[in-house]
Amino acid sequence: MRWFNLFWQQLANGLIVGSTYSLIALGYTLIFGVLGIINMAHGQIFIFGSLVGLALMTSTDLPLPVAFVVAIVVSAILGIILEYTALRPLRKKNVPHLASLISTIGFATLVEEGMHKLFGADSRSFPEVFGGKVFDLGIMQIRGVDLLIIGISLVLMFVLHFWITRTKLGKAIRATAENSDTASILGINTNLVIVLTVMIASGLGGIAGMMIGMTYSALIPSMGLTLGFKGLAVLILGGVGSIPGAMVCGVLLGVIEVFAVAYGDSSYRDAVAFGLIILILLIRPQGLFGSKA
Amino acid sequence: MNKKRFSQLLATCLLGTTILAGCGGGASTSTPAPAGGGEAQQSAGGEITAKIGVVSFLSGTGAAYGEAQKAGLELALAELNEANKGKLKIELQMEDSGGKKESAINAVNKLINQDNVVAIIGPTLSGEMFAAGPVANEAETPIFGISNTAEGINDIGEYVFRNSLPESIAIPTAMKAAQEKKGFKKAAFIYAANDDFSVSGFKTMKATAEQMGLENLGEATFSNGDVDFSAQLTKIKELNPDVLLVSALYKEGSLVVKKARELGITATIIGGNGFNNPQVFEIAGDAAEGLIVATPFSPEKQDEKVQTFVKAFEAKYGKKPDQFAAQAYDGLYIIAQSLLAAGKADRNALRDQLAQLKDFQGVSGKLSFDEKRTPVGEAVVVEVKGGKFVPF
Repeated sequence: MRWFNLFWQQLANGLIVGSTYSLIALGYTLIFGVLGIINMAHGQIFIFGSLVGLALMTSTDLPLPVAFVVAIVVSAILGIILEYTALRPLRKKNVPHLASLISTIGFATLVEEGMHKLFGADSRSFPEVFGGKVFDLGIMQIRGVDLLIIGISLVLMFVLHFWITRTKLGKAIRATAENSDTASILGINTNLVIVLTVMIASGLGGIAGMMIGMTYSALIPSMGLTLGFKGLAVLILGGVGSIPGAMVCGVLLGVIEVFAVAYGDSSYRDAVAFGLIILILLIRPQGLFGSKA
Repeated sequence: MNKKRFSQLLATCLLGTTILAGCGGGASTSTPAPAGGGEAQQSAGGEITAKIGVVSFLSGTGAAYGEAQKAGLELALAELNEANKGKLKIELQMEDSGGKKESAINAVNKLINQDNVVAIIGPTLSGEMFAAGPVANEAETPIFGISNTAEGINDIGEYVFRNSLPESIAIPTAMKAAQEKKGFKKAAFIYAANDDFSVSGFKTMKATAEQMGLENLGEATFSNGDVDFSAQLTKIKELNPDVLLVSALYKEGSLVVKKARELGITATIIGGNGFNNPQVFEIAGDAAEGLIVATPFSPEKQDEKVQTFVKAFEAKYGKKPDQFAAQAYDGLYIIAQSLLAAGKADRNALRDQLAQLKDFQGVSGKLSFDEKRTPVGEAVVVEVKGGKFVPF
């Protein structure tokens, strides 16, 4: 039953790739949920953050958990800079939402060029943290690091979902998302909520970036753009603003892509994945998990 | 809409559009080239001043190639201008293509029409050369590839040269040498399907494998810029080949090799020319051990000329030169030699001299051009051992 084993192995490959997509999409979803805009700089921000973490890790023997913290902090700081330079000034002037789309693209370009100046354009290899230990689960073999990635993604999703739906701060975020003027009248400091959301979304990206480095054994500055687009696709597919949607559809996109390569032609990897997205959107324009506006 | 707000919006839009134009390698101009072309300034002392354009992959995903080329060219430039004082003064005008075809075309146009160069070195990728070569050929300006190894580069036109050994020579040399030692029979292939260079390398590999009587178990592809190769390599692992042939640029290639070893593929891996870069060891680490490639240049070669070059390079840049630096270095030497023979900085005179090149002794071996300007030289087969290339 070789094809059977092969199927499970490819499914595992898809799950791993997909869980990194999910983590990226969470960042988009959070910001979209609250601000109603798509942050085109998300990809670049988290790759920048994780590159800083990686660079410190390789040059100063920083332990991995500390490097994770560095990546989260740097990404979050970049998120705050984005909010103060590219989002808030536009929001104050009440310009159309499209303007902030463009200003975040501008910010993305600056961050990407900054990466090239600081780290060069080359890929940086990620040190093997767990010695690449492979677990044999009978039907599939999976690296320890990949199990960890799937685990972290799941935990993060549940924590985030719980936090948004059950805590007071989550309530404030949801209120701001619903209607920021009303929320503000009701005594919620909406500016603070927005800053917090951008920070959390970017910090989450920092985690995603480090895990991407671990899965692919390398980080490349240009990954921000390519993986950012994957995250965007997941956002649309899952229904904008939906956290479970981002999680499930990220994994779905990863699995579809891997199967397209495994049982089709790798040149059609993106074509198949995005073709399916178009198809799904034709049937459910609000996304798989989105609610009708 | 008030004026202030409008101008702010405009500014944000402009900022945004830089993402589209960001990597452009200079504007193209339509100024016609002066007849004869070339900046032919002959000073009273008979010194020829020649301005040579360089189009290289200096930023973006393959910047390591461009940086190596730039280093090799600058070292050669300093040595040549010192040695030929009073006879020939070369100036280099560097342009960055970012590895993009359209930028390479723009850069070539600018160099020919605006900077009036006598010849162009580059561009780095074969795909870029296929795009920009015809432009230079049309303008009757010699264009000299120092890293284009794909088939058909010289067929672009009479003004197109290269000193980079085509993969059609290098790859079969590596494959035959490896089979003699390892005796493999079943082959699988993986290559970047959206890159001219990698596709050309793959075709050579496939043809050679057929010639050698290897069984073709399967072919897998990916795209430049991909980072996940698990699906393709899982498939290949199931095929259980004894030899895996990888045709890719070093960045994706190193990740493929690393992932292949992680998945437990134990086949001998033979790579194309893209692997001739020290970055391979950085990215693939231990997984690179045993990788076999053919290269026109090895810094370990016990040859006086090679060792002098390696020492000078190390003194200047603090690292060992790779194939790209070596071929860039040789390329400028060949052009300088031909310029001196031509006696003037003239595009056509230079072309005629280049076409006659015979037995040039460079750091990347002996080189001649045949009647179709295809380089004739020999390749050295190397294997990765202990984190560096050693003769196989």
